[in-house]
Amino acid sequence: MRQYIIRRVLISLIVLFGVSIMLYTLVRLMPSDYVSLSTANSQKMTEEMKENLRAIYGLDKSIWQGYLDWLWNAIRGNLGESLLFKRPVTEIIAKYAPVTFSIAAIALVLELLVAIPLGVLAARKQYSKTDYIITTCVFIGISLPIFFFAAILKRIFGFYGLNWLPISGMLTARVTYDGFTFAKFLDYAKHLILPITCFVLTGCGGMLRYTRTNMLEALSSDYVRTARAKGVPEHRVVYSHAFRNTLIPIVTLLGASLPSLFSGAAVTEGIFALEGLGNIALRASNMADVPYLMGFNMFLAVLTVLGYLVSDILYAVVDPRVRLS
Amino acid sequence: MNEEKNVLQEEIDALEAEKEVVSAEDEAAPNAAIELDELDEKRVFLTPGQMVMKRFFRNRLAVIGLVILVLMALFCFVGPLFSPYSETELFYLDKTTGEEIRMTESDRITNAVLNSKALPSAAHWLGTNEMGQDMFTRLMYGGRISLLVGFVVVAVEMLVGVTLGGIAGYYGGKVDMIIMRLVEIFVSIPFIPLMLILSSLLISLKVSPENKIYYTMFVMGIIYWAGVARMIRGNILSLREMEYMQAAEATGIRTSRKIFKHLIPNVMPIIIVMATMDLGGVILMESTMSFLGIGVGQPYASWGNMVSSVNDNVIMRNFLNIWLPPGICILLTVLAFNFVGDGLRDAFDPKMKR
Repeated sequence: MRQYIIRRVLISLIVLFGVSIMLYTLVRLMPSDYVSLSTANSQKMTEEMKENLRAIYGLDKSIWQGYLDWLWNAIRGNLGESLLFKRPVTEIIAKYAPVTFSIAAIALVLELLVAIPLGVLAARKQYSKTDYIITTCVFIGISLPIFFFAAILKRIFGFYGLNWLPISGMLTARVTYDGFTFAKFLDYAKHLILPITCFVLTGCGGMLRYTRTNMLEALSSDYVRTARAKGVPEHRVVYSHAFRNTLIPIVTLLGASLPSLFSGAAVTEGIFALEGLGNIALRASNMADVPYLMGFNMFLAVLTVLGYLVSDILYAVVDPRVRLS
Repeated sequence: MNEEKNVLQEEIDALEAEKEVVSAEDEAAPNAAIELDELDEKRVFLTPGQMVMKRFFRNRLAVIGLVILVLMALFCFVGPLFSPYSETELFYLDKTTGEEIRMTESDRITNAVLNSKALPSAAHWLGTNEMGQDMFTRLMYGGRISLLVGFVVVAVEMLVGVTLGGIAGYYGGKVDMIIMRLVEIFVSIPFIPLMLILSSLLISLKVSPENKIYYTMFVMGIIYWAGVARMIRGNILSLREMEYMQAAEATGIRTSRKIFKHLIPNVMPIIIVMATMDLGGVILMESTMSFLGIGVGQPYASWGNMVSSVNDNVIMRNFLNIWLPPGICILLTVLAFNFVGDGLRDAFDPKMKR
């Protein structure tokens, strides 16, 4: 086990190295760099001044030189300073991560609360009307373009529809709160209802299908037949014999969803104007903010690799038949 | 116990239903004296393909999906032939008479305003958008792009993914190690920033908006191959250990024959199901990109960029005819691909008995 983890971590480092090379090359290949984008409107800028700026930002170096510098600093824990926000990249990530993380975590918990019971129900009543209805809803959820769904929600519940819920931002403008009061919390909650609905309805489909498939497999296995044959009550058969075995794949799925807790669906955050990491990343990409893009995307890549590692280890932990070697 | 009984009852029902089919065939057959045994023998001659078809068409949702797809394809590829307008044509209104002027009548345009945001009428079934273009025609052309993107991307990703995944799974060892690390690298690269970068690259290379989408498709295919390769490799790995593969090995046939005659046909169901499901996923991704303005752009239509009109509050509030139809089209198409893919998966699975 220990050896396995050490080997996996070493391999992960190689993978991360590859990802960083590809990302850096791509980001630097962008035709217009930060200097030309941010000075596009000021006519007083001379070419000479731009060159000076590029030298300050380190954009005058060749891709290789720039990459090696970035790597050397990154290894020592220095991700550089964002060109757009003029602050260290780590500070920006730390500032916006709580928003993205809390939204994603709430959404994930709700997804689990919706997906697992419904998945179990659909599996228990396979091919019944209930199953058909759940399956159809799930597929609609999976197939809904998130931007379209967000638009519908905004139109119905937003200012131009029923005017029940705010459609953008995190707090009501023109209202100030002293400290963190209950009223402020309510205001946050009100602003987050629509985005979280968006996340949950488009996100829970995959997990529900997964639960249903695994539950079906468990329900048709020999030990369930045995349990029924010896007269175990039906709800015990379902919940303590079959369901506990479907938890195995669900646990591993949770491991793999680790990066999504921080990546923040850029599109959804953009549509609802939430100040999260995804939204910031979109702005940074538009401005070719090399250090931030590198820092943020590498942060996600680390989480992705870590997620796979965690889910593999969890798999071995929850399922004694699996041996890691 | 009840459940068990139900299952048994269902099986009995299924058997009886089959018998009914048999007896129906019996009556229809010219020689009514054919015995059941003989018919049973005939049933054995159903090829695996026919069995899959039979199971597929018994699945109601899958059939609905297939019908939607056929209708969508007709709408997008045949529909434009019957449309009197073109995708990019602008419409004007005569300021004094309120008469509509087409883009081609250039002598009358001087005294005209753009016929934008017209409500649905006999001339424009879904009205016109903010640019004064016919929505219904654009809906058809936009669908063309979406479907085309889906097919090309899936073709590219399958070609690369199946080849590399197959090689990794079959040969194992160092080759496997290298390919799988590549897969992990590709899986770890965040998608949206990548597409933003690509889009600005294409603009600076002065690629016309018409051709931009083809480059984008190619790159999407290159990115998406990793998931396919991982899946195919896993399957080939387990198939290699099967007894029939040992038998094939023992006969001493060529490697290429082993791969193409024995392994590929066995992963074919997975490939087909994955391709169908991915078609939906790619269409969704393309529409998201077009919505963000990094996919297909004006004057060309795509369902995604048609929905993006919703960013204008006036259109969101008052002109549902502009943003609702393209969104529904995306939803229906992706939904149909998912239904069909799911139906195919069930139909290919010999364990599924229904």
